[in-house]
Amino acid sequence: MTYNINEKGYYGEFGGAFIPEMLYPNVDNLQKSYKEIMYQPDFQEEMKQLLKDYVGRPSPLYFAKRLSEKYKTQIYLKREDLNHTGSHKINNTIGQILLAKKLGKKRIIAETGAGQHGVATATVCALMGMECIVYMGSIDIERQAPNVSRMKMLGAKVIPATSGSQTLKDATNEAIRDWIQHPVETHYIIGSVVGPHPYPDMVARFQAVISEEMKAQLKEQTGNENPNAIIACVGGGSNAAGAFYHYLENEEVQFIAVEAAGHGIHSGESAATSVLGSKGIIHGSRTLLMQTEDGQIIEPYSLSAGLDYPGIGPMHANLIHAGRAEAVSVTDEEALEAAFVLTRMEGIIPALETAHAFAALEKMKFKTQDVVVINLSGRGDKDLATYKKHFETYGK
Amino acid sequence: MENKLDQLFQKKQKNILNIYFTAGFPNLNDTGHIILELEKAGADLIEIGMPYSDPMADGPTIQESGQVALDNGMNLNLLFDQISTIKDKVNTPLICMGYLNQVMQFGEIKFIEKCKESGVDGLILPDLPLDVYESDYKNLLDENNIRICFLITPQTSDERIHEIDRLSSGFIYIVADAAITGNSKGISTKQIEYFERINKMNLKSKKLIGFGISDAQSFNTACQYANGAIIGSAFIRALKDDQQQVSENVSNFIGSILEKV
Repeated sequence: MTYNINEKGYYGEFGGAFIPEMLYPNVDNLQKSYKEIMYQPDFQEEMKQLLKDYVGRPSPLYFAKRLSEKYKTQIYLKREDLNHTGSHKINNTIGQILLAKKLGKKRIIAETGAGQHGVATATVCALMGMECIVYMGSIDIERQAPNVSRMKMLGAKVIPATSGSQTLKDATNEAIRDWIQHPVETHYIIGSVVGPHPYPDMVARFQAVISEEMKAQLKEQTGNENPNAIIACVGGGSNAAGAFYHYLENEEVQFIAVEAAGHGIHSGESAATSVLGSKGIIHGSRTLLMQTEDGQIIEPYSLSAGLDYPGIGPMHANLIHAGRAEAVSVTDEEALEAAFVLTRMEGIIPALETAHAFAALEKMKFKTQDVVVINLSGRGDKDLATYKKHFETYGK
Repeated sequence: MENKLDQLFQKKQKNILNIYFTAGFPNLNDTGHIILELEKAGADLIEIGMPYSDPMADGPTIQESGQVALDNGMNLNLLFDQISTIKDKVNTPLICMGYLNQVMQFGEIKFIEKCKESGVDGLILPDLPLDVYESDYKNLLDENNIRICFLITPQTSDERIHEIDRLSSGFIYIVADAAITGNSKGISTKQIEYFERINKMNLKSKKLIGFGISDAQSFNTACQYANGAIIGSAFIRALKDDQQQVSENVSNFIGSILEKV
């Protein structure tokens, strides 16, 4: 059994490209060319150079001593928060902007939830001198204000998505509608392992540098390239896909995918897709999603703007469905508490999304000698306004 | 029973007026009434939008009407009830338009059987891939005498247009422009070149032009290059005017389109 994508663009029964004809020529072109383009020697050379000198890769693998003592296991942090722009998102945008150039595209669009992908896209557009339009839900524009300012400073146009729940799902709808209306000059840089084939696989491949480095770093630091477990938060699932990628077929390595439970899984305000979701189609992909009996997509909730997506990437849907990955749900409160624990014990302020991954430590049982890698996907500067409101509760 | 869409194309090949509206809009139980009024006013074909939370290919007007309909309590069971009630009074072909997720959750087989029972003649599912149609839907639809309509756009390759022509059992929906629904900028020379290119391909399927058709002028222009045209968003805007006056709104709007034909 393979957990990788098949030649038709499916992970098991999940994936595919369920798109209106208006998107077909672009998506078809990408399907036929993405692997050929991204594995050309000159493409790889340019990408690796940028990842090293511009992004600052490899990102460190840090042994978190105090956290390890607290949870009585060996905890390593993959420091994607130290990348330029502050998260793993730039691994993908560097790759996709180079791809867009090869495809002869002049205009870049993106969706963003927490704003990390929007900032990473605006950054590479500034770098390459390309026009950049970012769609962002009105509610997210409010709660992630620092990132909105960063995108604007970088020269991107930020367009509010005002339909539906006014968050990530709706920003994605608006970006798709933009692409439909500008099919020739525009490339759509999707920020997660979602959307029609080949996006889930393409984004996973650009993020796979995370687990590629992790292998070498673990080997050097522990003598074994395999950890016992990898923990990552999952909205659409791009940082998790990158952290899992090179271990997909290595079943000795346990995968823990942490979803946002908002106010509680069954509170009606949650984004725990693997528990609350069923099979269906969202944004061109057959996957698990939160929907009514009538197939209407349910608006999700999480305090973190990067995790409140009603679907999950098809790779993760398959991993969870097949029992290869374990899904863990973490509430807003548990994530906030974990953010303060990490900050006070290791001096690292994580993004609110990432804090969900750390909260999973409270729910897992590891052996003292187990090596557990947490993908520290992003830093928390953007979330200070939210954290500040909780200093009294968790900061003592 | 004969398929009403086949019958229409047998007797009429020019100036076919296809009107789209969203089921359950402006009021929950307007669906049947709007269908009967459209037939009376002279629409040749009626496309019933199944309201969806995330209509990828639709512009603001249809999105909003869908949201109103959903808030009104619209769902597929109710839609089939509404159409069943009036089906014996309707001679105009009825097409259901929606997104594949709705069909999947309702259950593919149950959905198609319900379509047949309630007198639906065809389907438009813009996000149904051709290969999935062939493997999972084609036989089911054929057995139940329901036609499928696929879209083409200015970017669709000739090779693919021939493939779509081969698979279409209803009509080919020519998307007039790179657009979501509801734009109305008139028809440009470039678009006319595209329509002429399609006409030279000698396709077997009937062709209707949609997207950006909003008034008598754009309807008449489009009809010169295809068997007819589709109006959606402009009709929905007309329905919004005075929501108690559904009959008047329908007859006034259709009248304004047909007066010059």
